[in-house]
Amino acid sequence: MIWNETMECMKREDMRKLQGIRLKQTVERVYHNTPFYRKKMQEIGITPNDINSIDDIVKLPFTTKQDLRDNYPFGLFAVPMSEIVRLHASSGTTGRPTVVGYTRQDLVTWAESVARCLSAYGTDKNDIFHVSYGYGLFTGGMGLHYGVENLGATVIPMSSGNTAKQIQLMRDFGPTALACTPSYALYLADAIQDSGIPREEFKLRVGIFGAEPWTENMRREIESKLGIKAYDIYGLSEVMGPGVAHECEYQHGAHISEDHFYPEIIDPKTLEPLAPGESGELVFTTITKEGLPLLRYRTKDLCSLIYEPCPCGRTTVRMTRITGRSDDMLIIRGVNVFPSQVESVILEMQEFEPHYMLIVDRKNNLDTLEVLVEVRPECYSDEITRMVELKKKIAHRLQSVLGIAANVKLVEPRSLERSQGKAKRVIDNRNIQ
Amino acid sequence: MIIKQLSVFLENKTGRINEVTSVLGNAGINLSAFSMAENAEFGILRVIVSDPDKAYKLLKDNHFGVTLTEVVCLNCPNTPGALSKALHYLSKAGVFIEYMYAFSSGDVAHVVIRPNDINMCIDILRKHSLELMAAHQLYQL
Repeated sequence: MIWNETMECMKREDMRKLQGIRLKQTVERVYHNTPFYRKKMQEIGITPNDINSIDDIVKLPFTTKQDLRDNYPFGLFAVPMSEIVRLHASSGTTGRPTVVGYTRQDLVTWAESVARCLSAYGTDKNDIFHVSYGYGLFTGGMGLHYGVENLGATVIPMSSGNTAKQIQLMRDFGPTALACTPSYALYLADAIQDSGIPREEFKLRVGIFGAEPWTENMRREIESKLGIKAYDIYGLSEVMGPGVAHECEYQHGAHISEDHFYPEIIDPKTLEPLAPGESGELVFTTITKEGLPLLRYRTKDLCSLIYEPCPCGRTTVRMTRITGRSDDMLIIRGVNVFPSQVESVILEMQEFEPHYMLIVDRKNNLDTLEVLVEVRPECYSDEITRMVELKKKIAHRLQSVLGIAANVKLVEPRSLERSQGKAKRVIDNRNIQ
Repeated sequence: MIIKQLSVFLENKTGRINEVTSVLGNAGINLSAFSMAENAEFGILRVIVSDPDKAYKLLKDNHFGVTLTEVVCLNCPNTPGALSKALHYLSKAGVFIEYMYAFSSGDVAHVVIRPNDINMCIDILRKHSLELMAAHQLYQL
C-alpha cells in the first residue's frame, strides 16, 4: 500500500516545483538563523534571492560531518533550544559525537517517512513490530518506534541485546515484523535454530533491515532462515534517521522521500554534480527540516540514483544499494567507526607505539573488531598481569570512544606495517560487497 | 647478588621461542635457566643467560619486546621443608613474590625469585643466613 499517494506518486514536474519552494524556504531559514550557513553563503557571494528553483541547489555550499563536529553540540541548529524536543547523537571520530536536534514538527515528518516505508513493505495496523534496533542516542530504535505507532500497528520496544529474551518474546507476543540490523537478523536466526523452537511457533513474515551495508546474498540467507521477506531501509541520523529511503515490493532500489530529503550524486573528488544514473557520492539537502536543516550534506555513501518510474506506482527517485564509502568509515554492528578514532586513543596513551591494525570480520553473523597494537619497548613487563592490565586499559578506552567493544591484541615490536605513504590500517574480511 | 633476567614478550605463534634461542645461540650466548609464562594470547619468556647485557642488546636489535628484570637466586638444600622455611621468612616480612622458578642439581636447589622489593628480599634472606647465588655463578652455569 502507498501511505501518502499525494507525495509519493506526484508528477515529476510538480515534485520539482514543490522541492524548489521548500528549498527556498529552507535557505531563507538557515541564512537568517544559522550564522554558519550565512557566513558560508556570504563567502561565495550568494543570498536566498539566488535560489528560485530546485536547479539552483548547485549554487549552495556543501556540509560535512566535520562541520557538525566543529559546531558541536548545537551550533547548526536553526531554532532556539525551546523549540527542540529531542536530541540524538552518533559516534564521532575524536570522541565528540555528532548531535542532531528535532522540533515537534521534525518528529512528525520522521514518523511520516517511516510509516511510508512500513506501508511499502506491506505492513499495516494489524501487524506487530519487534524492534531490536538500539533505543537511546542511536536513531534506529526510536525512529522505527514512532513510525510503527504512526502506522497504527503495535510496537514491541525490545531494543538490542539479550537474545534469549528476544526469542522468548518473539514466540510469546507473536510479532509479524522484525526491525534490526541485517547481521543481527542472521544471528537471531541461528539462535532460534539452536533454541530448538520450531519455526511454526513464530509469526514473523516481514523484516526491516538497515543501519549497515548488506548484500543480496545476505537477504536470501535471512529470508530462508527466518521464513520472511526482507526489506532494506536507508537513513542517517544527520539527515533524519532511518526512513530516508525504503524499498517497495519490486526491490529495485530504495524510494527516497524526496519531498523532504532532496538527493544529488556528486563526484567526491571534484564535487561536481554527476549525470542521472552515474555512480558517485550521495548528497542530501533537507528541505522541510526545522531543528537541524542541512544544505547539501555529504553522506560519503557511494551509489547512483534511478529516475525511471517504478512499477509500484511511486514516482519518487530511487537509490541503488550503497556500494562503498568515499571515506574510510567502517560500519560495525551498526556503529560508525573511523580508524582515526583508534589512532586518537593510541596517541593519547604513552604505552603504545603510534601504529595499529583493525581487523573486521563477521563470525556467526556478528561483526567483530580486533585491534592490533604494539607496546612501546620500555613498557614491556616481565609480569603477565601487567601486560593484561595494559591490554584491558586500552580496550576500555577504545570501547568508550568507539561505542563498541574491540578485542585488543598486543603484538610484538615492529610487527605492524611501517610505510612512508598511507599505511594500510584496516583489513575487512566481511565480504559484503 | 642481584641477577639480571631477560623477559621476552612473545605472541603465541609456532616457532617464536626458537627464534629467540637461535638468535642467542648464534651469538654464542648460553642459557642457564628459563621459564615460560603464558595466557591465551601471548607469553613471556624469562631467561637467565651467560651475558645478559649483550643478549639484551641483541634481542632488542632484532625487534623483540625485551626487558631486563632484577631477580635473586636462592641456593637452598634439596631437602623437604627447606624452601618452605625461606618462603616463610619472606612472607612474614611482607615480601610479595611475583613469580619464581627453580631447578635442582644434586644436594642444592636453585630458586630464582622475582620479589616486589628486591633489596628487602635480599636483606631478609641474608638475615636468616640463607645462601644467595652470585650473579656471575648463575650466568656461567
